[in-house]
Amino acid sequence: MQQRFIAIWFRHLKTDRMIARKPQLKNIPFVLVLPDHGRMRITEASAVVRSKGITNNMLLADARIIFPAIEVIDDNDDLANRLLKKIALWCIRFTPVVAVDLPNGIILDTTGCTHLWGSEEVYLKVIINRLKEFGFHIRAAMADTIGAAWAISRYGKTKAIIETGKHIEALMNLPAAALRLDVHQLDKLHKLGLHTISSFMNMQRSVLRRRFGEHFLLQLDYALGNKEEIIQPVIPVEAYHERLHCMENIQTKTGIEIALKRLLEEICRRLQKEGKGLRRASFKAYRIDDKTEEISIVTNHASNNTHHLFKLFELKIATIEPALGIELFTLDALKVEDIITIQETFWTANNSLESIEVAELLDNLQSKFGNDIVHRYLPDEHHLPERSVKEATSLKEKSLIEWRTDKLRPIQLLHQPQRIEVTAPIPDYPPMNFTYKGKLHKVLKADACERIEAEWWIDAGLHRDYYIVEDEEGKRYWLYRLGHYTDAYKPSWFLHGFFA
Amino acid sequence: MQGIKTLRTDNRVSLGVYSLEKSFPNGRFPLGCMHELIVNRAENASATNGFVSGIVSRLMQLSGLCVWIGTVRNIFPGALKGFGIDPDKIIFIDLKKDKDVLYATEEALKCNKVTAVIAEVKNISFKESRRFQLAAEQSRVTGFIIRNNPHSLNTIACVSRWCITSIKSDLPDGMPGVGFARWQVELLKIRNGTPGKWNIEWSANAFHEIKQNNDAMTHEELRKIG
Repeated sequence: MQQRFIAIWFRHLKTDRMIARKPQLKNIPFVLVLPDHGRMRITEASAVVRSKGITNNMLLADARIIFPAIEVIDDNDDLANRLLKKIALWCIRFTPVVAVDLPNGIILDTTGCTHLWGSEEVYLKVIINRLKEFGFHIRAAMADTIGAAWAISRYGKTKAIIETGKHIEALMNLPAAALRLDVHQLDKLHKLGLHTISSFMNMQRSVLRRRFGEHFLLQLDYALGNKEEIIQPVIPVEAYHERLHCMENIQTKTGIEIALKRLLEEICRRLQKEGKGLRRASFKAYRIDDKTEEISIVTNHASNNTHHLFKLFELKIATIEPALGIELFTLDALKVEDIITIQETFWTANNSLESIEVAELLDNLQSKFGNDIVHRYLPDEHHLPERSVKEATSLKEKSLIEWRTDKLRPIQLLHQPQRIEVTAPIPDYPPMNFTYKGKLHKVLKADACERIEAEWWIDAGLHRDYYIVEDEEGKRYWLYRLGHYTDAYKPSWFLHGFFA
Repeated sequence: MQGIKTLRTDNRVSLGVYSLEKSFPNGRFPLGCMHELIVNRAENASATNGFVSGIVSRLMQLSGLCVWIGTVRNIFPGALKGFGIDPDKIIFIDLKKDKDVLYATEEALKCNKVTAVIAEVKNISFKESRRFQLAAEQSRVTGFIIRNNPHSLNTIACVSRWCITSIKSDLPDGMPGVGFARWQVELLKIRNGTPGKWNIEWSANAFHEIKQNNDAMTHEELRKIG
């Protein structure tokens, strides 16, 4: 079968996308810029800006002279690739083979697909119209080779669809740039007066090779169809989704358990094959009265252990109400991660946070009592005791800084410092006695004060002067005074912690 | 000997106080079993936490992981470094009810990748503690039950019962200021060992016995009931 290709050129890919996302940008003159050798270079200008005579690759400073009221948005190197990949994945509805053609196009291998839409004209029109509906300014062309389709889409003036076998004819009058050549080769061609493809198409290959190199001939061959061009099609990620239809309605717990086990086995088999594990999954039961029951689980480590996952789900099966019966079960792995296999150790002494058993223990507890019960702490760079620890977000998270040991801290710290009544010599001495929860404690020993300033860059407040004191029973407390004694202000005292 | 079993694979855990270790069976701190610590007054809770942290730091010496389960938690993780524990090696589990703590403790004791489990509960029955003890024997995890102000001091299935009271600290040569953490450690019960009472100080990341006679309170009533 004769191969057919469509090349689509997105003329203003990124700006079109931004305007489609935020329609208010349409009338705003904005440009996308990237730093380049210490200058800001315009990577793409919006329609309003282009109408003022500003083009892509212009420097931002130059553009501002022409048109000062430009809004500047930072570009991203990877943005075009990401957008094109998304569009290519979307285009899989038209053909299974779609490839990204950086920097601003995609290529569709439409061989054997067009008749499904009736004819090539209709097919191409549908694609163009759908993409235009998304707000893209595009040009598309169809031809026998990728090179020809690319050339016609960028430089063709007459028609978009080149009939089979006519692509060489169509290429004849196009400029040399339509062959995807680099600037140096184009310069050389212009110097020699070879402006159109027809002027050098029939020259001897050895002559062309000597002057322009192998790459030039290759591009020419691709366009003319003497050599087949290989494209790298995008492969959509298949969702981790399993479904189970039931011959008869399921109403019992055992039935649900069997269905869940089956689905878990299926999904875990696939995960194991790919070396992945799931972090979040949801199990849905579709009832015959059109209602859906759903239970979901979250795990601490990526897991593909059927037994463990079943155990997590098992606690929640009771919440499924089968009513008249369930006819369909589905299981989705919503979040999937790679499993890092660690080498098994021979003895159990090497207990660590990475071990799967610990993660499974925490999964079990979290699925029973909720996700906010597990806490692990890492040091943080603050002097205030309540800010000097922060919660770790995951079991694997490691701290970049060391735990501090130079300052003594109480083993029990009250979440809310308790106000106490004291008798203290002024201006800065530890108290002689203090009353906490109605009991008077006489201070026999005390350490010198440790002053901790309030962190003014976070919130305002007075400094705290901390004292370690010991009462007559040998209990050790951590007290602090908030602020200085002045004529007008009598600072209050607080109890903040208990030492061992 | 029921409940106490020493495996060859167990790491030798030394508390560093000879007179205290002498009272343990075989002169070794029993691993893979449950220990009970009684907090009779709220003021002694921090002392008990400190003492347990000291023991757990010995257990976790090489590597390890500790699960600390409770309902109201005031432990300041930053201070645990002073007791020789890497605070990020401790997983705190904060639950709402005592019943939940018991469930979580049993689950944690069954996980053999955990070195120590510390559970803070108010009341616990013999049956529940027996389940803990059996789980601990099976998995070789060492468990600690801190009983905060219990309604009754009923006997539970643990190999030891401790009571820790903080006592006055002392600096050498009568220097002013607060000294190192110092406790009166009472070993009220120990299976196949000898109970006793010591004054112990935590300094330089280790337990040290203080020989002088410090007349702190006694807890005769505890020993009678228990």
